[in-house]
Amino acid sequence: MTTAAETPAVRAAANKPSDQPSRFRGALAKAFNGSVATSVLAVVVALVVGAILILAADRDVQRSAAYLFARPGDFFGAVWDAVAGAYSALFQGAVFNISSSYTVGQFFNPLWDTIAMSVPLIFAGLGLGIGFRAGLFNIGAQGQIVFGAILCGYIGFSWHLPVGLHLLLCLLGAVVGGAVWGFIPGFLKAKTGANEVIVTIMLNSVAGFFLGWLLTLAAFRKPGSNNPVSPAVDATARFPSFFGTAVNLGFVLAAAAAVGVWWLMERSTLGFRIRAVGANQDAARTAGMSVAASTVWVMVIAGALAGLAATSQLLASPEQQLNADIAGTFGFDAITVALLGRSRPLGTVLAGLLFGGLRAGGYLMQASTGTPIDVILVLQSVIVLLIAAPPLVKAIFRLPDPERRRQKESKRAKSGLAAEVAA
Amino acid sequence: MSTMTATAPAVPATPAAHHVAVPISWKAPVAYTVLAVGGLLGFGLSAEAGETSLISIATGAPGLGSPSFELPTLASVIVLGLIQLALAGWAWRRASQRAKAGIWLPAVFGVALVISFLLWAVAGRGYAIQFTSLLSGALFLSVPLVFGALAGCVCEHVGVINVAIEGQLLAGAFLAAVVGSATGNPWLGLICAPLAGALVGALLALFAVRYWVDHIIVGIVLNVLVTGLTSYLFSTVLSNNTAVFSNPTQLPRWPIPLLSQIPVLGPVLFDQNVLVYLMYIAVAAFHVMLFKSRWGLRMRACGEHPKAADTVGIKVNATRIRNTILGGAVAGLGGAYFTVAAGLAFGKEMSAGRGFIALAAMILGGWKPKGAILAALLFGFADNLQNALGVVGVAIPSQFMLMAPYLVTVFAVAGLVGRVRAPAAEGVAYKG
Repeated sequence: MTTAAETPAVRAAANKPSDQPSRFRGALAKAFNGSVATSVLAVVVALVVGAILILAADRDVQRSAAYLFARPGDFFGAVWDAVAGAYSALFQGAVFNISSSYTVGQFFNPLWDTIAMSVPLIFAGLGLGIGFRAGLFNIGAQGQIVFGAILCGYIGFSWHLPVGLHLLLCLLGAVVGGAVWGFIPGFLKAKTGANEVIVTIMLNSVAGFFLGWLLTLAAFRKPGSNNPVSPAVDATARFPSFFGTAVNLGFVLAAAAAVGVWWLMERSTLGFRIRAVGANQDAARTAGMSVAASTVWVMVIAGALAGLAATSQLLASPEQQLNADIAGTFGFDAITVALLGRSRPLGTVLAGLLFGGLRAGGYLMQASTGTPIDVILVLQSVIVLLIAAPPLVKAIFRLPDPERRRQKESKRAKSGLAAEVAA
Repeated sequence: MSTMTATAPAVPATPAAHHVAVPISWKAPVAYTVLAVGGLLGFGLSAEAGETSLISIATGAPGLGSPSFELPTLASVIVLGLIQLALAGWAWRRASQRAKAGIWLPAVFGVALVISFLLWAVAGRGYAIQFTSLLSGALFLSVPLVFGALAGCVCEHVGVINVAIEGQLLAGAFLAAVVGSATGNPWLGLICAPLAGALVGALLALFAVRYWVDHIIVGIVLNVLVTGLTSYLFSTVLSNNTAVFSNPTQLPRWPIPLLSQIPVLGPVLFDQNVLVYLMYIAVAAFHVMLFKSRWGLRMRACGEHPKAADTVGIKVNATRIRNTILGGAVAGLGGAYFTVAAGLAFGKEMSAGRGFIALAAMILGGWKPKGAILAALLFGFADNLQNALGVVGVAIPSQFMLMAPYLVTVFAVAGLVGRVRAPAAEGVAYKG
């Protein structure tokens, strides 16, 4: 999306070497047309939108707005307090917090929380990204997480194995559970052409109900509990954490998975086939590639990665037990993560970190300033929307947009021609 | 000359014509047969010989109430099973002729299957199925799904993929509740609901049509945006002024004179609130307009072949923007179901994934209003069946009952529908 906007800008800059001021403007345009600038400006706009929402709900602001013209200072003071309070809490909850309750070594605890929170988003986002690049709109991460969680959790609390082996089997269980639940829509799509959007939506619900039923069984019920929760996962199956922080093996695995996905998509034959099918199914088929096999593989891999997303809930979270809400909204949040990351592994990791940070910071913001965490959803969606539409960002900030100008000129030329013909 | 041979069936087919005949798809008849035999064996074998099932049917006439009928379970299940087998046989016959079986077949088949299931479920329990209220509740529950599926049809036929149905429903529900509560007038809420949906539709059009952003990205993100906005406002503005903004109002129930007196159908179809009647109008209007009017032809041209549409002078992007906003308004109207039609105050994420079910209904119905509505009714019925059978207490764990409609949908999509064809230029930006 950005490349389309970038190239004409570069061309425009290259075409006018003699013109002195335009050279500067060309360089400026180049800088602002970059996707980095778009991303930064998108975040700025999102923060402004969030600020407006925070102000709209703030009582001090509302009270002082009533006598705005009598004492404008009060109003602007209240505005500053509300916005700065909320955003500094957000930052402190996501990156670092120099407060008296922490020792120096704990300043970055929020950052470790952010990293821990991003793990399920990264895993599921990586899987969804592969699907998007293959032209499959997989909404099934939610169900795949649930099935990964079922197998992973069952192995975790009912088998009692030595350290290492137990963790390994739990991970394997998560992979298999997710992969099986991903295989079904992939297979149906390949064999019967069943639309993967419907099938994955339906399978999400089915997985949720299936988990609900399992939790009524004695084998999945915590002894002596009336609530539908499973026993806790054995200590032998848990992720070791690093230096006593919230960061654990899960993040390393997520990073490794990102590298693996990069290798798969960019360096392997299967990845090439997947991308070819995504780019043009008919051409890929003509070239002798099996569209059906690609579809099944994509869904199996996406399912396996989504299944791994369950591990960070089961093997690292404070509860470490299966419950009906084990998948939370990770499956749907991961869609946004994959979209923001443009379905690329590195982008997905960064987007996952950003969203994990917003989530971690959102909790502190809600606790300390009373701003509901829902405002985070607004920030996230505005960021993704604007990053996807660079021309809109440029229009908001009145930046030069050569692509639009070129379009307008060609349109003007067309209408001029039409007028001539009419005359 | 070539057109003559193509249209005149009297011309003897050349050997070449035999080679191009499409292979017969046996999927649908196989699926019907499997379902019919499975139902017959499953329900028939587990029904005891002397058991009876009670069904109570409201007559609609004020004095008569709802008399109950006692049916012998085994005999009824067998009769219904034979009907299903006969329908499956018809499907085999049509398939061998390479002809379509018509949309009534799955509808009648589904009804027979569901009734035999119901009779089996309440057999020998001395508890009557409240057939009429089961149906009228189902119709009511399917209201947001029908509006959502219609919105999907409108947007997708003009070439814009609308995944934001969920957000449009939620926005409609929110504004309807807030306006209805603040003014104390549910009618104003009902009027404002489509405005909120149209606003979301306008955002979808802005990003998808004007800025060429991937339609699915915009749709998904708009859902998140609306969820975030409404939840945020709910926990701040609405919770702080409960008396003003969270005071539920409800549209009145309007039994239509005479029509509501028809036995069974009357209470189901014509003793509902005004949103349901609006749904009838919308369904009829879109069904006719989409395929029989100039507006429908033009919008479908934009969705199938925008270049051709542009060439004959249709302004593709303007048409797309207008109809996407219209679609949003339709879905927003459906959102009114959750609040002013059901008589509830707004709650966080109260649309609870119905927008996605509506999307599934639209695809299951093959991008046509008629099919989409049948699918939406199926989901609504399944929803209500859960409530009804929850009271009866069936032998199967409730979770399996709950997942049944979703499994049936997967089965239907894989077995019956298969490759449905979406509008050709759907999701493709027109940059002319």
